[in-house]
Amino acid sequence: MENENNAGEPESTGASRRAFLKQSSALAAFALTPPAAVHAVERGLDEKVAVAFEQQPLRVEINGVAQQLSVEPRVTLLDLLREQLNLTGTKKGCDHGQCGACTVHVDGQRVNSCLTLALTTEGSKVTTIEGLGSVDKLHPMQEAFIKHDGFQCGYCTPGQIMSAVACINEGHANSPDEVREYMSGNICRCGAYANIVEAIMEVKSKGGRI
Amino acid sequence: MKFDKPAGQNPIDQLKVVGKPTDRIEGPLKTTGTAKYAYEYNEEVTNPAYGYILGAAIARGTITRIDQAAAKAAPGVLAIVTAANAGPLQAGKFYVSRFLAGPQVDHYHQAVAIVVAETFEQARSAAALLKVEYKKQAGNYDLEASKEGAQPPNPGPYTPPGESRTGDFDGAFKTAEVKIDRSYSTPDQAHAMMEPHATIAKWEGDKLTCWCTIQQINWGVRDLAFILGIPKENVRLISAYIGGGFGGKGTVLSDLVAASLAARAAGRPVKLTLQRPLMFNNTIHRPKTIQRIRIGANPDGTITAIGHESWSGNLPGGMTESATASTRILYAGANRLTRLRLAVLHLAEGSAMRAPGEASGMMALEIAMDEMAEKLQMDPVEFRIKNDTQEDPEKPGRKFSTRKLVECLREGAKKSGWERRNAKPGAIKEGDWLIGMGVAAAMRGAPITKSAARVRLDSNGRITVETDMTDIGTGTYTIIAQTAAEMMGVGIDQVQVKLGDSSFPESSGSGGQWGAASSTSGVYAACIKLREAVAGKLGFDVEKARFSDGRIILGDKSAALIEAAKGGELVAEDTMTYGELSKEYAQDTFGAHFVEVGVNAFTYEIRVRRMLAVCHAGRILNPKAARSQIIGAMTMGVGAALMEEMVVDKKVGFFVNHDLAGYEVPVHADIPHQEVILLEDLDPTMSPMKAKGIGELGIVGVAAAVANAVYNATGIRIRDYPVTLDKLLRVV
Repeated sequence: MENENNAGEPESTGASRRAFLKQSSALAAFALTPPAAVHAVERGLDEKVAVAFEQQPLRVEINGVAQQLSVEPRVTLLDLLREQLNLTGTKKGCDHGQCGACTVHVDGQRVNSCLTLALTTEGSKVTTIEGLGSVDKLHPMQEAFIKHDGFQCGYCTPGQIMSAVACINEGHANSPDEVREYMSGNICRCGAYANIVEAIMEVKSKGGRI
Repeated sequence: MKFDKPAGQNPIDQLKVVGKPTDRIEGPLKTTGTAKYAYEYNEEVTNPAYGYILGAAIARGTITRIDQAAAKAAPGVLAIVTAANAGPLQAGKFYVSRFLAGPQVDHYHQAVAIVVAETFEQARSAAALLKVEYKKQAGNYDLEASKEGAQPPNPGPYTPPGESRTGDFDGAFKTAEVKIDRSYSTPDQAHAMMEPHATIAKWEGDKLTCWCTIQQINWGVRDLAFILGIPKENVRLISAYIGGGFGGKGTVLSDLVAASLAARAAGRPVKLTLQRPLMFNNTIHRPKTIQRIRIGANPDGTITAIGHESWSGNLPGGMTESATASTRILYAGANRLTRLRLAVLHLAEGSAMRAPGEASGMMALEIAMDEMAEKLQMDPVEFRIKNDTQEDPEKPGRKFSTRKLVECLREGAKKSGWERRNAKPGAIKEGDWLIGMGVAAAMRGAPITKSAARVRLDSNGRITVETDMTDIGTGTYTIIAQTAAEMMGVGIDQVQVKLGDSSFPESSGSGGQWGAASSTSGVYAACIKLREAVAGKLGFDVEKARFSDGRIILGDKSAALIEAAKGGELVAEDTMTYGELSKEYAQDTFGAHFVEVGVNAFTYEIRVRRMLAVCHAGRILNPKAARSQIIGAMTMGVGAALMEEMVVDKKVGFFVNHDLAGYEVPVHADIPHQEVILLEDLDPTMSPMKAKGIGELGIVGVAAAVANAVYNATGIRIRDYPVTLDKLLRVV
């Protein structure tokens, strides 16, 4: 008889997290634990009520709009954007920082939003693909991607474009080979790489910060 | 409309819109992140619960107990679905996999349970609290060890006979003056499309709507209804945008079934996506093959005997990988043998991936052709040209509808600077790099199948096309708009295309490289009907009138299309069906790949330096999108050549490298500038569009061209893909 738990990689559990809070409380080693949550577990409130206490405030500017949010600590920036703010342009390809489809800018730096806990963006400025341009007012990089057919299925595209803009602004687009190197965190399984590089080089050739 | 004799002149031949390198019409949506994929219908489904699949932790055996107590008590949990409460479930009609384990487990990461909770995080968390106990059973995970017992596959719609013979292969091979007899292998490969399988399922009474990501909407409706045991009429599927498929989203997979069951159990719409690490062992893949190729020839290079055998494995009842398909028809030779053998393996299901059969088979055959050319001391381009055939070698007299393999090879040799290649391996060095060039032929069938569409002319003079056809990145939206614009004589900006909804007329779907030719032909048929309706309404003879600049014109008489819709929208619908032309003619697409690699003389790191593909595939409906299909397929071919391999743990019985970090696919830095030449071609035996598919042709032969280039650079022949530096260093 085997007793193996799943190898399917779910995260460690909410219940054990809560059990940990209780232990922490008993040991009075909870200086960093939100007081409301500790209070809730100490008083034996229902687990579902306790969840509400675990929501943390988050102030963040997203695409130029100041947001005051309430977020669970384990929620990633990616899931915050997609599931709570309906900014679905940022894509979930792997959820493990392996594909780049979730690339957004935090304070001008490109990051994998799937590896970024939402609460760590407190006080930051986040830009997503929706903040870069719109159907009626395309950003030059979006125009270049269309012109050079730098995408097929379109799923990696927002991440490629966010990465491409950062790649130029970082000063890493001085040659096609340099672009290839600095864009290699963004996988395109449709294989539009050659066209993406052409799009980036064209935007770069026009000069300036974009 | 039935297409049963070769097409004559028709409105498509005007080529005012069709044949132009038009930008994708959905480009602004995709580049701004506003094209909606399956998991993103947040406005349509405002109060969803979230589903999370727990995959089996054994490859084969039975589930003896699932302790759900902790999971049920976890915050936010609404329901837990297992085989015990899911109700009866069938397998679908295309894949043989069962989508919920219990009590039996058929393969690793088969879904054991679906946890539904208020949030994604809660569902994921609770899934980890399930305690599953298994009783393991021995399984078979090793194709090499299973070769002896492998059986001929049962022929079916996607499986050819287990054996084909022409002439006397054994006799001819025995007496051939020059011959090779070699074994090759190709590994299990993953589609690894960027969008994971995902579904939002919503029940309204006994009606089920799913926003999902599948390539064949009609198969999806058929399969989901059958699996759940509900009428087809009660199922509606919507896949307006699909984040890549490559065959990996053919029809219903576990996400659709799990989301549907979860939504029923929770009494709420449910969003569910397969977590990336679950996809490789839970869904389908291109199966491993072991292949044996024997070629015999006269000293002048004329092939006298060609034999190709292939072994693959699958779950009981699964398909075989038809790796011998191209060998039956690509080269001349009077004496021929192909053989397919299928073993039972207890890994995840093997199924179609981009150019199934041909891609795997040509990875081997086109190395064998290189080896044979070398043995004959012939140039590999010339050896292939010498053995070209203009008729089906198994059925003398059956002509190819069009076949320009020789032209592809000659043009490619010219444009790639093939004359600079040194036939002696290892002869060209630049600094620390050994330089080699390789060639391979490409060939892929050009199936075409019935497809329907509905076309509307509204009171603003705009045309709307509706069909359940899908765009998996192939450019379907754009080529359908081009087709309708050409047929109705309007600009492409006057055409709106609506795809991927099972409430629209049933199309060919996207698969087997049949989508472009089939779906545009369906639109052609519907537009013929709409032209008749317009002409009838405005009093024109449709046979003589032409449609141009938004008007119907005959001699001095003309009228705006908009006039016809004054009294209300005109709607026409039709299906294109096919007669026997595909039996009369061999309908295929052809190409040639030329690759230059550099191999580091010290580390044996392999870098692809240049790539060229020359293709012909009937009328090219949109050269921009077609070229993108080819470069994308060339990129996937580089992956197949140099890195892609799902490694089997033969003890546990699963694919070890089951995420995008472990399963390597090409990234930007792996791919150089790529050249594509599309030869002019028209194939009137296909349909009035005179077009064929091209999306799968582009991958066929690429890996062999890379492997042959590595050989030319180093003198080391690797016959087991992928060609990696450790295999080269082992020989050095």
